[in-house]
Amino acid sequence: MSKKVLVISEIRDGEFRNVSFEAIAAAKQISNGGEVVGVVIGNHVGDLSKQLIYFGADRVLLVESDKLEKYTPSGFAQAVQTVVEQEDPDGILIGHTAIGRDLAPKLAARMNSGLVSDAIAFEVVGDEVLFTRPIYSGKAFEKVVVKDGIVFATIRPNNIASLEKDETRSGNVQTVDVEIKDLQTVIKEVVKNTTSGVDLSEASVIVAGGRGLKNGDNFKLLEDLATVLGGAVGASRGACDADYCDYALQIGQTGKVVTPDLYIAVGISGAIQHVAGMSNSKVIVAINKDPEAEIFQIADYGIVGDLFDVVPKLTEEFKKVLV
Amino acid sequence: MNIYVILKRTFDTEEKIQIEDGKILEDGAEFIINPYDEYAVEEAIQLREEHGGEVTVVTVGNDEGEKELRTALAMGADKAVLIEDEDVEDGDAFSTQAILAAYFKEQEVDIILGGNVAVDGGSGQVGPRLAEKLDINHVTSVIKIEIQNDKAVVEKDVEGDKELIEVSLPLLVTAQQGLNEPRYPSLPGIMKAKKKPLDTLDLDDLDLDEEDVEGKTKTVDLYLPPEKEAGKILEGEIDDQVKELVSLLKTEAKVI
Repeated sequence: MSKKVLVISEIRDGEFRNVSFEAIAAAKQISNGGEVVGVVIGNHVGDLSKQLIYFGADRVLLVESDKLEKYTPSGFAQAVQTVVEQEDPDGILIGHTAIGRDLAPKLAARMNSGLVSDAIAFEVVGDEVLFTRPIYSGKAFEKVVVKDGIVFATIRPNNIASLEKDETRSGNVQTVDVEIKDLQTVIKEVVKNTTSGVDLSEASVIVAGGRGLKNGDNFKLLEDLATVLGGAVGASRGACDADYCDYALQIGQTGKVVTPDLYIAVGISGAIQHVAGMSNSKVIVAINKDPEAEIFQIADYGIVGDLFDVVPKLTEEFKKVLV
Repeated sequence: MNIYVILKRTFDTEEKIQIEDGKILEDGAEFIINPYDEYAVEEAIQLREEHGGEVTVVTVGNDEGEKELRTALAMGADKAVLIEDEDVEDGDAFSTQAILAAYFKEQEVDIILGGNVAVDGGSGQVGPRLAEKLDINHVTSVIKIEIQNDKAVVEKDVEGDKELIEVSLPLLVTAQQGLNEPRYPSLPGIMKAKKKPLDTLDLDDLDLDEEDVEGKTKTVDLYLPPEKEAGKILEGEIDDQVKELVSLLKTEAKVI
């Protein structure tokens, strides 16, 4: 049976996040010949809408209000609820981002529906959609179906390939009028993290440091390497606990779970909690002076050596090759 | 203040996962308070120390959860409630939401604290779901909380950025790492905890039928990731290893 699937897109710093395009690709398959409807929520964001069509949406619904300038649970929930009532979809997909994680469960509760969080893959089997999701931070996996009602899931960034952008595609962009009632939360200030330009959860390359870095200043070495590779910097719990860096960078069972194409573990021993957060990366490189370090057990490539010697050399070598 | 914490008993993060007959093997595994919920317990105790009132810790699960509740009582919580859910079919985040909502509808609440996510199921749904059902505000992934009269000013971690949010009580927040440093239970605390009130409730006590709480999702398969084989340890002078690594990443692994 073909389905109508809504994709609640997300805009950050004036651009769609990649996961919105990835969710459209997923919705396309789940719709099974039905319809993929992109939903854009914000203020003065109409110009962006066509992008969703270029990436595979059949049409776009635009919900704009000055009260939707920034994400708030009550504002965005009102916006999505109105769209859902208008469209009566068979499925809804949202990126598993800070916003998706906050909004999707609230909506699911409001609609009395199930929700599959943090899906990394899916299969369409007959009328059902089997979502694969990690549990125990990737120490195991489960396949989950929504038993009945709306197929509702959040999609982990960087796991489902988006479709090729096609600027010849066209589709209708329709404005949905929503009277947003008072927001119950007031965002007084946003302090941007300036240390890393690339978001950890969406980075295709991550350079992560552990206690072997010895202090916070030495994280500069990792930033230099990450910059050359267009990647982000992460850290082990040990490094965060020792105050070398902010907890926002922590990768592991407590902290972020990441799946980049390339993960470079620098001075990280490879404790089970850390490994849970990164072992599903496509290629893992370990740099550690201890040849017995656990991290070498899961690394595709390892260099046994002093990171203060290896990392700057590696940065220089990448520079040569990538220019 | 009426301060509540929703907490979950989870596998210790040190544990390896084993699967037998399509189930996660629990025999001999160490259990702990979900680490994110532990931040919530600590914050609840600090809020009470500052504003007065009472901290009640609530868990949904089997009777083994008493151990984790006693730990929270030993840290300094005042009361505990264990809601047994053993009869629930396909229990999922919806089920827990439905059970907790039924419980909290009868309580007078100023603030509910929980963890941002549980390190086992990892869905992070229960907090926002519960807030919606109780028709109260929520803020997830909180790294600082200050309460002034009927308002809270909270700092929220948004993938590394920080948002400063003002929101009125009653409120549900979920704790992110960095919120605080949970205390260890003291020996007198552990002794006192044994005598603190711990109520056990079941679905009947909450006027719930099994069908009210049956999960909306179903796990149809459970498996371990393929064992990763140790890769190639490079050899030779460091300069040569570095060159070889970059070349392998480019030509063999094709990731750069």
